[in-house]
Amino acid sequence: MQVPAQFEYERATSIAHAVQLLGKYNGAGRLIAGGHSLIPMMKLRLARPEVLIDINEVAELGGISRVDGELRVGALVRHTELLDDDEVAQLFPILRDAEKVIADPIVRNRGTVGGSVCQADPSEDLSAAFSALRAYAVVQGAETQRIVPLRDFFVGPYETVVGPGELLVELRVPVRTGGSSAFLKVSRRAGDWAVGAVGAAVWLDGDVITEVGIGLSALGARNFVAVEAEDFLRGRSVSADVLGEAGRIAAEHCDPPVDQRGPADYKRHLAATLVTRALQLACRRAGREV
Amino acid sequence: MSDTLEGTAHGNGSAYGSQPRKEDARFVRGLGTFVDDLALPGMLHGAVLRSPLAHAKVVSVDASAALAHPKVKAVITGETLAQRGMAWMPTPSHDTQAVLATDKVRFQGQEVAFVVAEDRYAARDALELIDVEYEPLPAVVDARQALSPDAPVVRDDRPGQENNHIFDWESGDAQRVAEVFAEADVVVEQDMLYPRVHPAPLETCGIVADMDPVSERLTVWSTAQAPHTHRSLYAQLTGIPEHRIRVIAKDIGGGFGNKVGVYPGYVCAIVASMITGCPVKWIEDRSENLMSTAFARDYHMRGEIAARADGTILGLRVRVLADHGAFNATAQPSRFPAGFFGVFTGSYDLQAAHCAVTGVYTNKAPGGVAYSCSFRITEAVYLVERMVDLLAGELDMDPAELRMRNLLRPEQFPYDTATGWRYDSGDYPRALAKALELAKYDDLRAEQAARRERGELMGIGLSFFTEAVGAGPRKYMDMFGFGMADGAELRIHPSGTAVVRLSCMSQGQGHETTFAQLVAQELGIGVDAVDVVQGDTDHTPFGVGTYGSRSIAVSGAAVVTVARQVRERARLIAAAMLEVSPDDLEWGDGRWFVRGDEELGYTLAEIARVAHSSFEPPEGVDAHLNAVTVYNPPNLTFPFGAYLCVVDVDPDTGQVKVRRFVAVDDCGVRINPMIVDGQIHRGLADGIGMALMEQIAFDADGNHLGGSFMDYLLPTALECPSWELGQTVTPSPHHPVGAKGIGEAATVGSPAAVVNAVMDALRPYGVRHADMPLTPAAVWRAIQGRPLRSDVAIT
Ligand SMILES: Cc1cc2nc3c(=O)[nH]c(=O)nc-3n(C[C@H](O)[C@H](O)[C@H](O)COP(=O)(O)OP(=O)(O)OC[C@H]3O[C@@H](n4cnc5c(N)ncnc54)[C@H](O)[C@@H]3O)c2cc1C
Repeated sequence: MQVPAQFEYERATSIAHAVQLLGKYNGAGRLIAGGHSLIPMMKLRLARPEVLIDINEVAELGGISRVDGELRVGALVRHTELLDDDEVAQLFPILRDAEKVIADPIVRNRGTVGGSVCQADPSEDLSAAFSALRAYAVVQGAETQRIVPLRDFFVGPYETVVGPGELLVELRVPVRTGGSSAFLKVSRRAGDWAVGAVGAAVWLDGDVITEVGIGLSALGARNFVAVEAEDFLRGRSVSADVLGEAGRIAAEHCDPPVDQRGPADYKRHLAATLVTRALQLACRRAGREV
Repeated sequence: MSDTLEGTAHGNGSAYGSQPRKEDARFVRGLGTFVDDLALPGMLHGAVLRSPLAHAKVVSVDASAALAHPKVKAVITGETLAQRGMAWMPTPSHDTQAVLATDKVRFQGQEVAFVVAEDRYAARDALELIDVEYEPLPAVVDARQALSPDAPVVRDDRPGQENNHIFDWESGDAQRVAEVFAEADVVVEQDMLYPRVHPAPLETCGIVADMDPVSERLTVWSTAQAPHTHRSLYAQLTGIPEHRIRVIAKDIGGGFGNKVGVYPGYVCAIVASMITGCPVKWIEDRSENLMSTAFARDYHMRGEIAARADGTILGLRVRVLADHGAFNATAQPSRFPAGFFGVFTGSYDLQAAHCAVTGVYTNKAPGGVAYSCSFRITEAVYLVERMVDLLAGELDMDPAELRMRNLLRPEQFPYDTATGWRYDSGDYPRALAKALELAKYDDLRAEQAARRERGELMGIGLSFFTEAVGAGPRKYMDMFGFGMADGAELRIHPSGTAVVRLSCMSQGQGHETTFAQLVAQELGIGVDAVDVVQGDTDHTPFGVGTYGSRSIAVSGAAVVTVARQVRERARLIAAAMLEVSPDDLEWGDGRWFVRGDEELGYTLAEIARVAHSSFEPPEGVDAHLNAVTVYNPPNLTFPFGAYLCVVDVDPDTGQVKVRRFVAVDDCGVRINPMIVDGQIHRGLADGIGMALMEQIAFDADGNHLGGSFMDYLLPTALECPSWELGQTVTPSPHHPVGAKGIGEAATVGSPAAVVNAVMDALRPYGVRHADMPLTPAAVWRAIQGRPLRSDVAIT
């Protein structure tokens, strides 16, 4: 059994308390939510936090709600909760699609939405899905609360804008009618991280794409999104050729990492294929067969 | 054949048949006892420091800071062991392996030092305090470069070893092969790699070693598939006499050949207990298991198959480059450096065959024979079954028809192969016909044609395999010099219940149930009345353990033999009780009775009670119902089967979906068909794993790229279709109940069926071959005509 290095443990009881504890340990404390990223890293001793600040009992961080035209997903919402929520599935099918293929039920029972995006793993599926939806992150510090577009949230691999004294409170997704969304993933096996995954959200006026979001995971897309393909699509009429071209544009702007999941040429091809297919599925769900 | 089975006739009540496993009562309650569950008073914990480099000189090992850790009790280094003459240990393949590195490290993950501390955490912390100075050396990673003159020499410790060559081994008749190839209308050639994979049992390897300084007895609890062999090796290494060493294997959470050998961690734990006088536990972690213990396969093969235009196969020629890693530690019968690869002629009637295998050292972990390979028959079956499919492609012939035309006919058994094996029994065409029928083969081909019209990729893959299990006789087969025979011992208690003691050791195969059924069947007592004892060298007779599917073939035969001995002894006592001659007695329905007068007779329980009563036995008859034996198999047994796999492939993503898998197995007589099915299910899942996702690759520096379950993927239920099983039963003529063994058959037979199916799906693209694992990227690259190499890092 792999065993972590020594650490201290604190249990936060509220958002304010968590922020206070983060301040108290001044950079040496690390939040722990589901622990499904952090604990494996600690066991491999790739992470050695001096203090773990457990937020699992902070009720304020939980819950999914609809407020003022936004879907609010608490940082501590477990993967399973998001997966099982019918309203979420109806508003944003992309989220249920993604949750179905994230890890396995054991991980999904504990792993959280907040932990997933804060981990900022370049292969994280939710980062791509919520970025496609242009979600906002609510970040709480000792003094202030910031609302950051998720597309500006990721600084780089395993790095976000959340400062050492801050925590993520929730994600907010603007609810708009007239569209739909989808998420597709290719992995080597059920429960495995993506070889490549793509989420797409489209809003249509008749045939015309009025707004679109494309998120990519594990494919080396900057900030998890395909901005160039989105720009290309906006204002165009849906057709097989147009969606195919969007795939090509997205692939061109990816810089896929080369690893045992595949070489760059394959992953680039996969980016194009999945972008096109996810757009097709989203359009079909929005009532426009391609 | 039927006479050998007569002895088991048992009236109406048969003890054979599907029944729940006795051992599951504790497993499903979470009450099994695995080695890591053991906690002895005063027990210390060990941790192994491993080399981060694949090849380097060890300049110095400074453990002073670790020793200063308040919870550390000892640090063992190569030097500590060298002082005791224990820095190196023998392997089953006439080589030596470093226990802890003294001169060099030769693979990433090699054992360098062993820390003993009060708890697991402190032991792990202290590893970071050991300062090792390495002088990096260039590494030999690619087996194909191992014999090039400028390759660094891995084993410069071996006197006279000037390159990385280990052995050359040949089988068959090269001259005859050249002749039949000259006559052939078609010759097909293909290079293929059976990649390095790992058995990855759920429970990793581990040990608790307890050297009692007063009694000078060493007790070892460990995950040992071969407890008796371990004991002998420990005696040889430590100098402790064999009778003062006891090896106990409690429940084992999967082995698949991973737990046959003795690992450096075990030896270190024993030495640590000798030094500290306390019990010492060492439990390997997952990465250690995947990086340092017995891997499997790593065979670079070139096959050539020759045939007439009508599809009659004439001959097969094979060249193999075998990557054995840094130490030649393959666990196989010692006269068989390529294991049983010699059965590569498979299930076909060939006029000539020849193979030449060259083993090489590389800077990778040692091993090669593991993961239910049946001593390399996985590689052999994969080779021949791929070659037959390639030939079918070349001849544009249906692969089922080509196989049917060339399979051995039932009247050819016993059959002597071109490479010197005598197959015991079989009806191969019947098994293949059954698989085709179960699958509705013709309908599948019609569906495939329709889908191809629509541009969809569907593939149908076949594989027909012949296994060879129960290695013997002992004059040809030994491990570590121990003949591959198995002991068994049986005692009947006065009440007629029984305890049978096995020399083999279950790792999940259900020995406690199957072996009880064997005894119950022979003696006409209840299965519940038979207790099975295994895995304790103080309480079981000597034997070489459970691997190579040998338990039923060898230990099973020993148990039946010993039960029949007890039955014969019961006959003598019954004759005395009935005051008749033993010759007048007949056995039936679990009783000895007077021929012609069925009323007059006694059951085994009645005889047992009397045997231990005041009853005066006749002269020359010892009044007990105990027996002990050792079974020396006259030949191997040869299970076989026909497998068929159906896949769908997405050409744009390269994803493969296994839609169906039909498996017709013939393992001779089935004792507990439910357990047999379970073994088959497992092996089929293995096949999907190996064919589609499992691999250990290395980068150019020799870094291991599969050191966790994030990188080394095992299949889940979602990759497995609902298995469609069928059977035929062809008893083995020489096994006392006609059983052949099933442990590894499905692992041996299934990978080729999956790969053949994927290649069949890719035929419209002109793809002939791609190496396992057929990951999405590998499939897509094969379609592009630029196949990936699966033994090196993807670049
Ligand atoms: C076997 C396995 C398979 C997986 N497969 C997939 C997969 O297929 N796809 C996929 O996308 N993911 C996958 N994951 C990752 C999984 O979804 C995430 O690791 C996990 O859910 C992260 O959430 P957590 O709550 O467990 O985070 P934790 O491990 O608790 O934390 C992760 C990081 O986020 C920080 N953090 C947590 N909460 C907050 C907060 N509120 N504010 C600020 N920082 C915070 C922590 O300090 C830590 O640095 C897999 C994980 C495992 C173990």
